[in-house]
Amino acid sequence: MTVTDAAPAGHVGRVLRRKEDPRLITGRARYVDDISLPGQLWAALVRSPEAHAKIVSIDTSAAAARHGIHAVFTGEDMSDLGGPLPMAWAPPGVEVNNPEHWPLARGSVKHVGDPVAVVIGEDRYAVNDAAEDVIVEYDPLPVIVDPEAAVAGGPFVHGQFETNKVHEWTLSGGDVEAGFAEADVIVERRVVNHRIAGAPIECRGVLADYRAGSLTLYSATQVPHFVRLFMALLLGLGEDRVRVIAPEVGGGFGQKLQVYGEELLACWASRKLGRPIKWIETRSENMSVAHQGRDQISHVRMGAKRDGTITAWHVKILADFGAYNMILTPLIPSLGAFVMGGCYKIPNVQTDITGVFTNKCPTDAIRGAGRPEATQMIEVTLDQLAHELGMDPLEVRRRNFIPKEDFPAAVATGVVYDSGDYHKTLDKLLEHVDVDAFRREQEELRSKGVYRGIGFCTWTEICGLAPSRVTGPAGVGVQAGLWESAMIRVHNTGAVTVYTGTSPHGQGLETAMAQIVADKLGVDPSVVEVVHGDTSLGPEGRDTYGSRSLATGGEAVARATDKVVAKVKSIVAAELEAAAEDIEVSGGKFSVRGSPDKGMALADVAGVAYIGAVPAGMEPGLEETTFYDPENFVFPFGAHACVVDVDAETGKVSVRRYVAVDDCGRPINPMLIDGQIHGGVVHGIGQALYERVHYNDEGQLITGTFVDYALPTAAELPSFETDRTETPSPVNSLGVKGVGEAGTIAASAAVTNAVIDALRPLGVDYINMPLTPMRIWDAIANSQGASPEGGTQP
Amino acid sequence: MIPAEFDYTAPESLEDAIGALKDGGEDAKLLAGGHSLIPLMKLRLAAPTLLVDLRKVPGLHGLERQDGHWRLGALTTHSVLEHSPELGIVSAVAATIADPQVRHRGTIGGSLAHGDSASDLPAAMLITEAEVTLQGESGQRTLPAAELFQDYMTTAVGEDEVLTEIRIPTLDGWGHSYQKFNRRSEDWAMVGVCAVVKASGQTCQDVRIGLTNMGSVPLRATAAEAALRGQELSDENIAQAAEHAADDTNPPADLNASTEYKRHLARVLTRRAIKDAMAAAG
Repeated sequence: MTVTDAAPAGHVGRVLRRKEDPRLITGRARYVDDISLPGQLWAALVRSPEAHAKIVSIDTSAAAARHGIHAVFTGEDMSDLGGPLPMAWAPPGVEVNNPEHWPLARGSVKHVGDPVAVVIGEDRYAVNDAAEDVIVEYDPLPVIVDPEAAVAGGPFVHGQFETNKVHEWTLSGGDVEAGFAEADVIVERRVVNHRIAGAPIECRGVLADYRAGSLTLYSATQVPHFVRLFMALLLGLGEDRVRVIAPEVGGGFGQKLQVYGEELLACWASRKLGRPIKWIETRSENMSVAHQGRDQISHVRMGAKRDGTITAWHVKILADFGAYNMILTPLIPSLGAFVMGGCYKIPNVQTDITGVFTNKCPTDAIRGAGRPEATQMIEVTLDQLAHELGMDPLEVRRRNFIPKEDFPAAVATGVVYDSGDYHKTLDKLLEHVDVDAFRREQEELRSKGVYRGIGFCTWTEICGLAPSRVTGPAGVGVQAGLWESAMIRVHNTGAVTVYTGTSPHGQGLETAMAQIVADKLGVDPSVVEVVHGDTSLGPEGRDTYGSRSLATGGEAVARATDKVVAKVKSIVAAELEAAAEDIEVSGGKFSVRGSPDKGMALADVAGVAYIGAVPAGMEPGLEETTFYDPENFVFPFGAHACVVDVDAETGKVSVRRYVAVDDCGRPINPMLIDGQIHGGVVHGIGQALYERVHYNDEGQLITGTFVDYALPTAAELPSFETDRTETPSPVNSLGVKGVGEAGTIAASAAVTNAVIDALRPLGVDYINMPLTPMRIWDAIANSQGASPEGGTQP
Repeated sequence: MIPAEFDYTAPESLEDAIGALKDGGEDAKLLAGGHSLIPLMKLRLAAPTLLVDLRKVPGLHGLERQDGHWRLGALTTHSVLEHSPELGIVSAVAATIADPQVRHRGTIGGSLAHGDSASDLPAAMLITEAEVTLQGESGQRTLPAAELFQDYMTTAVGEDEVLTEIRIPTLDGWGHSYQKFNRRSEDWAMVGVCAVVKASGQTCQDVRIGLTNMGSVPLRATAAEAALRGQELSDENIAQAAEHAADDTNPPADLNASTEYKRHLARVLTRRAIKDAMAAAG
């Protein structure tokens, strides 16, 4: 379903089929694994089966002696690296314990899958066979898996720190203790937001080619520009000598927002051996070593007055970072802290974060990164608050919404929300969901033993990363400005190439950006090619993550196009003997306002620009570049509802209905928005009901395949109902906000609230995700005083 | 996801297949669809040195009705079973296996010879009281399904034998139901209960109940069957009989289900299966 406003005049705002799809659908897209270079060798990694151990010895002789094997390297061989793998968060005044993290382990391994050696040889089978012949002797060390035990004491993952604590960080506004003193009701919860995987359908892969002093790296990454920077720094090369190409990338979900050891290893080995080196990750590797997400245990406290006004909200997060800090690991929970008040006007909000090491795969950004966790805490606690106050949960939400008159709204944490109208999205949601009728139906079904529930989530988030002054070294502490670039080249024929510094990998940015440019230049989107993911093409960029690509990259494209338009108008004005300010674009031509018949198409203008007959003093050519640094983040918001049935005998949950009303500002292409919402909601439902990364007490990964790591499929999901409201962002000229993470941020809370709503008559008022059948069966049995026959699940 | 090295042959006669299997020694394996074996090989949990592919062997496909039995060739795919509703419970069970791609490649003979008690077809073979034909170098033998499954992924199929045929009594007039409980439709059963019921009026003339993933081999819920056989098919009697569905079972716990939870599911699903089978019988 789409909003049925008046049809837009141009391409922006219209559904346009994705320019990307023909090559994807017909199998003509080119992923890293589709690329081969003459003389290439393959790499396979020898990985630790131990969760924590000292490496006593590594015997590579048998592997190296095998037919077709060119080299076997261990961590000792890589002593010429410029430094360990990066962690790029150094906030002023915060101490972060940061152990060295190398592409191949040096001396000890810290989690199952930690690489200890690489085998390089002539084909993929040869290197995988040889990897089994590398004999590693391990001296096992005590393993710690449970973050609550890890923060309380040993054994230590990194003995040199004499603690497993990584860092502590607090963000507060107002005075929470004063707020609780005012409260009539206080709700407390221990909210577990379990570990999940990114699980892109394309696993990681690299192909590194060092020759004649220059390095080309193909990598399945979201961040080719960051990867180039760190390859240059760690290999001692000038950035001018390093080209990183992210070809077609089959999904990232944050997992590919990383600078990985395998990337560095392949580049290093290519230089060492003088041959291109290819490594394609297996699914087993991806499940055990590509960074994972969430994994927070939070103690939360919400206080409110009798009328439902929330007076205080205090969250203490214990975040399990696994064995190492990856590029942004310790920052991730902070992204939730910035919007810990959600879409509510809460005067006193405090988030205390403690990061902790465990012998597990490291965590970092996975779709939503800190904000799904925050939303889950807020929304499930608020529902319980409503229950304890005897109020309608939607009434409590409305009572606390930041009113639209307050925008731009400075919230207690000091963050300024750009725009919002939360009542409007909820009103729109309730046009689709008749709550009174639902409650009658629910009552009727309960009398027949059917437990149906409805859950809501009203939410906002912070995205469009990011204003460099806020996120940079002097601000939050990310060691990079997060502006974005664009370059627009109009060719001789009037065709247009857009170079964006973002690196889309499935979002549809090629289509959305083409729509923006097409309107401004009076051309069809089909003649606007969007080029991305190659550091040697176009200006320096800052890549794709944090729902930023349209709000920063799209705006940069708009601004660069505006520069082109200004030049076009000057040329047209000279040709038509008019004033540049009187030139407008309409009907595919630039013409003098009021005289649409006489005008020049972009191709005509390009002809003038490149033949050189431009007005005196003007440079020839038609090409412009922009660097855009946003003034603020953007804050999309929405109201979601989920209806579930719970089989009270077995505990199984079926999602019957999912309605999402989202506001991501001005829509560029409604179909792309729906696509992002669909995918995001699946991700959130997946976490709520199905997906979980689980390690046993010995630190062994139990969920290493798609059999055990249960991604939901179409068979488990209803047909989603989507709708929108449109509240433009004042931050950028397009009025747009991000939408890539929205569905994920909202969905897990809506599902959890629906399940709890279904089960309240059975005495259940809280269950932590994932809401698996046995967990629900346990919860029902426990709440009814009967001890379940089985123990609680691990 | 990169298997260890292996040889491959696709013989064109059963005799040649048996010969290849024998010559290949203990690390030779039959390929009969590959949807259990190939994933194990890709994870290097299995590393056969020779795969003997049965796909070119004539006479192993399809189904026909003969003397009160269905004769199924071992290479009959799950998809063919799914789309042959006349097979009753076997068809209903096959329709729940994994996803359409797997059902188009996986075969009944491959599934039975693999002997995974979490697979759907083995328990259905128990309650239909099917027989399998095994062909070896020294000749042919026939085995009741109850004797086929010996232990976890261990069957009575000899190292140089090929499971060629399955004979299933037609069970005309019986109602049937398969209650498969899993988290996602494509998953293996956390617990599955298949049931066939023969009613005479409101009386249970006969009932057979099979349990999937309730132990190291597929099981019959004999105590529940005995409790219902000859009784009136009332809600109360069915519920009481179903309470015995997990008697003498001790299914291993896994990440998503404890032993007791599986036992609980077996009881609930048995009650549902019998009621559903009765409804199907009319």
